[in-house]
Amino acid sequence: MPDTQNEGTIKITVEFSGGLEMLFSNERKLSLYIPAIDADGSRSNIAFLVRHLCETFMNDPRKELFVLDDTVRPGILVLINDADWELEGEDKYVIEEGDNILFVSTLHGG
Amino acid sequence: MASETVIGSLRQQIATCESQLQDLKRQLAEVEHQSQQRRTNLALEQGVHTIDDPLAFDFSHGIHDDFKSEVLAALAQPEETTPPQRRWPLEANEYKRYGRQLIMPEIGLQGQLRLKNASVLIVGVGGLGCPAAAYLVGAGVGKVGLVDGDTVEESNLHRQILHSTAKVNMTKVESAMIALHSLNPNVELVPHQGRLTPETALSTLQPYDIVLDCTDTPASRYLISDSCVLLGKPLISASALRTDGQLMVLNNPPLPPGNTSGGPCYRCVFPKPPPAESVVTCGDGGILGPVVGTMGTLQALEAIKVLTKQPSASLNDPAPVDHPFLLIFSAYSSPMFRTIRLRTRKLKCAVCSAHATLTPEALNSGSMDYVQFCGTVGPIDALSSNERISAENYAKVRLNVNPFTGSEPSKDSHILVDVREKVQFDLCNLEGSVNVPFSAVTSLPVGARNGRANESNPEAVWVSELRQHADKPIFVVCRRGNDSQFTVKKMKELGLDNGGQRWIGDIRGGLLAWRDNVDREFPEY
Repeated sequence: MPDTQNEGTIKITVEFSGGLEMLFSNERKLSLYIPAIDADGSRSNIAFLVRHLCETFMNDPRKELFVLDDTVRPGILVLINDADWELEGEDKYVIEEGDNILFVSTLHGG
Repeated sequence: MASETVIGSLRQQIATCESQLQDLKRQLAEVEHQSQQRRTNLALEQGVHTIDDPLAFDFSHGIHDDFKSEVLAALAQPEETTPPQRRWPLEANEYKRYGRQLIMPEIGLQGQLRLKNASVLIVGVGGLGCPAAAYLVGAGVGKVGLVDGDTVEESNLHRQILHSTAKVNMTKVESAMIALHSLNPNVELVPHQGRLTPETALSTLQPYDIVLDCTDTPASRYLISDSCVLLGKPLISASALRTDGQLMVLNNPPLPPGNTSGGPCYRCVFPKPPPAESVVTCGDGGILGPVVGTMGTLQALEAIKVLTKQPSASLNDPAPVDHPFLLIFSAYSSPMFRTIRLRTRKLKCAVCSAHATLTPEALNSGSMDYVQFCGTVGPIDALSSNERISAENYAKVRLNVNPFTGSEPSKDSHILVDVREKVQFDLCNLEGSVNVPFSAVTSLPVGARNGRANESNPEAVWVSELRQHADKPIFVVCRRGNDSQFTVKKMKELGLDNGGQRWIGDIRGGLLAWRDNVDREFPEY
């Protein structure tokens, strides 16, 4: 994982809310660089980011609390620059430099 | 025990008398108000007859009695059928009571009249429902319905602000009615005792203009949202856990299913329920009072906004449509509030789209099983019976002989591992126990199976320490007896049982069972 900007990487912010931060060492906010192009040679999208987060940043082995059937599990909203990812093309959305990606787990207490 | 029953019964009686007293006071106020009005009317009439009305003079002095009574009867007729025209749209006390919000352009006279003519159903009278109900009743909503099947518990009181110490064990609906009635006797309160079920949902929601979801399970959230779509009612949904809260205004505007201009419903945003094991309750995760209070207060605010919204002035200039949003509150983040744009109605939504499959008949018949749809976590039973020990038998281990190993009692005869999180362990723990927080157990990489550490993957400190005392049996305890089972399995995967030579097991029912069956003084939280 590069921690400085290289050729071919893009800088983004990833945030977790609603308890998901517990799966990521209690970090609510990560600033990170990801490759602009993924292993398949296509531009990195949200699907790539989710895999990347799982492999690189998730310490908790209970991956199913974040990913199920190769996508973000039910009950987690993905928000791209403060908008529901459904407005942006879901996991096909191609990540841009400076994007803010927020993962929110829905809460049920009341 | 006997005195506790007496105390409970006395409390109940006091509460009943208090509620009767409140009711009598309300009745007295109404009767006094009516008689005051009658006196005023009478005085007016008498004034008219005796002073300077020429007709009155004629009646008294110049008209034949037969004719007079006829004329009087004719005159009296309309007065009896139509109530006297009120001079002001609100009662005198209402101008005073609501004065501070009446003078705001967002409310004004028309807004207040809309509130007075409106009805709101609050489902769940807990951490969200209490503040929401208090503000809506305070604001003068005409009718407020309350749904809840629970009774007040002591552990509710730090956040459920309508309930109080004396009302522990009273139903939440009854307790809330007393508090709300004394807050504002002008509001009609409707009790709906019991949980909302698919069979009762539509008939319960039907009479109300708007619904507040103040419940705490995914199943009730889907049920309420589905019912609101079928009935065409806006829904204000909120939730809270630990230091975070979320708020959405759904099905707003509440247009019929298939109309894409309607607001999204809960299913549009969350088509599938979360896995049951990922759902954390306030009882397990914790909740800070002002956090859930903030969310309930915001629900009341959004309800007032929806109810007092002014209709568009003309067809050419329609009122601006509120974009669907999700408000995220995070008490320990900066900024604390954040608003996210949500999607519009989902084109294939099972409830609010043109392809909707849910019908009122299906809901009423009870064939929709929301609990099954959301899944349940059954009692965990991951261990065999010789890997478990009851709290009573463990107490014997501490005092007598271990029934499994036959070893003599001694403080050092075994290791007791408490897997609650550190903050809970610090509240209270059994003497001599070692704390290994469950999060440290679950976060051990799966690759650490059979446990041999290597250079790239050093062994966790707690695992090495347990390995050092290979001869001592390990007892694992947690709060309720679930996490302890998972931990026992994990320890065996790590090889801590030396291929079966060392006994590792858990205390059935956890510290709750310890408190219930061994040490009544062990704190319950």
